[in-house]
Amino acid sequence: MLYREAGDFKTSYAKDQQTFPIAFDRWGYFITIAFAVLVVPFILNDYWSNAVVLPFLIYAIAAIGLNILIGYCGQVSLGSGGFMAVGAYAAYKLMTAFPELNIVFVILLSGGITALVGMLFGLPSLRIKGFYLAVATLAAQFFLVWLFNKVPWFYNYSASGQISAPERSLFGFVVTGANAHPATSYLFCLGFVFVMAWVARNMTRGANGRKWMAIRDMDIAAEIIGVDPLKAKLTAFGVSSFYIGIAGALLFAVYLGAAEVGEAFGIEKSFLILFMVIIGGLGSIFGSFAGAAFMILMPVLLKNIMVGQMGWPTDLASHFQFVIVGGLIVIFLIVEPHGLAQLWRLTKEKLRLWPFPH
Amino acid sequence: MKLTKLAAAAIAATIAAGPVLADLVFPSLDYRTGPYAANGIPFADGYADYFALVNARDGGIGGVAAKVVACETGYNTEKGVECYESTKGQGALVYQPLSTGITYQLIPKATADGIPVHSMGYGRTSAANGKVFRNIFNYPANYWNGASIAVNHILAEEGGDVNGKTIALVYHNSAYGKEPIRTLEELSKKHGFKLSLLAVDHPGQEQKSQWLQIRREKPDYVLMWGWGVMNQVAIQEAANIRFPMDKFIGIWWSGSENDTLPAGDGADGYKALNMHNVGSDYPLYADLKKYVYDAGNAAGAGDQSGTVLYNRGMYAAMLAVEAAKTAQEMHGTKDITPAMMRDGMENLVIDEAKMAGLGMPNFGPSFSVSCENHGGPGLGAVQQWDASAKKWALITDFGPSDMDVIGALIAEDSAAFAAENNISEGCN
Repeated sequence: MLYREAGDFKTSYAKDQQTFPIAFDRWGYFITIAFAVLVVPFILNDYWSNAVVLPFLIYAIAAIGLNILIGYCGQVSLGSGGFMAVGAYAAYKLMTAFPELNIVFVILLSGGITALVGMLFGLPSLRIKGFYLAVATLAAQFFLVWLFNKVPWFYNYSASGQISAPERSLFGFVVTGANAHPATSYLFCLGFVFVMAWVARNMTRGANGRKWMAIRDMDIAAEIIGVDPLKAKLTAFGVSSFYIGIAGALLFAVYLGAAEVGEAFGIEKSFLILFMVIIGGLGSIFGSFAGAAFMILMPVLLKNIMVGQMGWPTDLASHFQFVIVGGLIVIFLIVEPHGLAQLWRLTKEKLRLWPFPH
Repeated sequence: MKLTKLAAAAIAATIAAGPVLADLVFPSLDYRTGPYAANGIPFADGYADYFALVNARDGGIGGVAAKVVACETGYNTEKGVECYESTKGQGALVYQPLSTGITYQLIPKATADGIPVHSMGYGRTSAANGKVFRNIFNYPANYWNGASIAVNHILAEEGGDVNGKTIALVYHNSAYGKEPIRTLEELSKKHGFKLSLLAVDHPGQEQKSQWLQIRREKPDYVLMWGWGVMNQVAIQEAANIRFPMDKFIGIWWSGSENDTLPAGDGADGYKALNMHNVGSDYPLYADLKKYVYDAGNAAGAGDQSGTVLYNRGMYAAMLAVEAAKTAQEMHGTKDITPAMMRDGMENLVIDEAKMAGLGMPNFGPSFSVSCENHGGPGLGAVQQWDASAKKWALITDFGPSDMDVIGALIAEDSAAFAAENNISEGCN
């Protein structure tokens, strides 16, 4: 009744092709953005910022990046943790080598460096596919972690091998380091998330996205209709790594403040982001957000309920958390293999017909 | 609209778990799950039980009840940050994260929030320089003391000359395991031994290649900086290649019952460092039995009592309680703030009379903390495992470490930190 196309007249092609063709969706989107920018910064405290919102936003960028590669271009990658490490270490080296460099450029350059590394490790994708490619990217993961542990230049020869982010500010507001106000680090990350999600959404709707999807659906057919697999696959690896590198740089500089490669960017991280993409829904920007929310917020929520409200012992709660999150993943994959994004899509279909489904 | 629902539920959960005021809050960032649980559980139990005893026997610290807020970190830095943020609002007085990685995360955060951190025998070693790290304490001993004490023990075994000998370091490939390397390098220059480094990646389950290398290179001594499952595996592997166990020395984090028991008789003679005494032969244990165990208030499964790491958890809690008492005396108030707690820690004096009064005679070395020295005296002893009796026993006294070497390294590393973070050295 409320959620429908009827009565929403489009008078130009541009309007007909907009991301949210239904007025209700559009308003929902505007309200969400307005809420995130105008309300959240004022109600955010340290706990909400550092434990819930920042990791959600940062992992959402990583999930969008991996979704471009897996969901849109069909190239499986298990190297996301390693690529995040590239972003983090690039940010660290840039921050310490060029203290004057603006933090926004540091983050963007770190993404660029990661894109180059990602394209390098994406080269095998031209020859190998599927599981074999997954194993090749797994090798990238282990190689990169080993490299950052082994070569002291990457961590500026510090005794412990830890990298820690120096304080940097933007327009006079501290964004990195312990003295950053939760609202500033939140808005800083939100800005990146907004721009990057917007770009990703439009890129995947454009010529590049169509080429990627053609390669995903059938690479030989794509080649026949004139898609260059070299360009398509390498751009997918490049763009995806750019996103993941930015997520890694933000994770290190804004969220953690100090990191150690084996612990912060290990293989678990690669799997975590892969789960986000699969649970959220392959080939969907909304799915990347939903997946990141599911994997980041669910454990915190469960912990707060079990330990905070029910007073369970922490170890029991932590074991149960594994059981519940694991169980939910299995249930989701059985009930809706296309992820949360598909559930959302189905809900919208049903809403469109409600209350007269026949 | 799943997101908003989740968020609403999370808000409700956080509000319901709101702070309980008027208690002295001691957060326990512990880990009872994951590959490090075997070592995390006894420490957490000891920490919680000591506070339970203080509450039941003395009615709290200076009459104010102590409250331990447990938060499971799984030895993971991201969860550690989450735990820190979720507990600091409840009036946390001091953090003891029991993880070098989490300590590194908390150093800038806790300094900005004005909450002290006590990383007892772990964390960033140069935090011993209180003129730079004003809120961070690592008394009574740190990793570099440990490295030096181990080398001193080897020197004593070899009659004072280790020139030309080889010492291998098997270490956890993380900030924790890398900490002693710089000191060992300095000491190898000074004493003329050859240092060989063997890294073991997290979690440490797979060490075949490292021990194969040890078998091939035949080092005279092996030192270990291990934690969690890595300890058990290393001791088992050493037993498998028949490495002489009395020449295998672990840091104080690699010497608990849970590490040696799985290897059975093969672990007999394995040595480890310690910063306090072992066993349960103290008057304090009678009190613990009366007030905590028999009342059914023991933390966890209650089966870790008297183990090395349980004693260490108790020791950590005891030092925190004594620092809180010192703070209460200094400021003349029962309800101390984290800033007052910091003052109490900086003026802490532990002597034999105090320990005997607490029912822990001869439990650890006497020491005092000052602004210049947050690291204590750096004394440590060597303990050895007796597989037939299934007991650890101290085989040396609490001996000193080479402060000439360590002091210079601490000054250098803390100066670098001060320069990076624009901190001016000083006591005020």
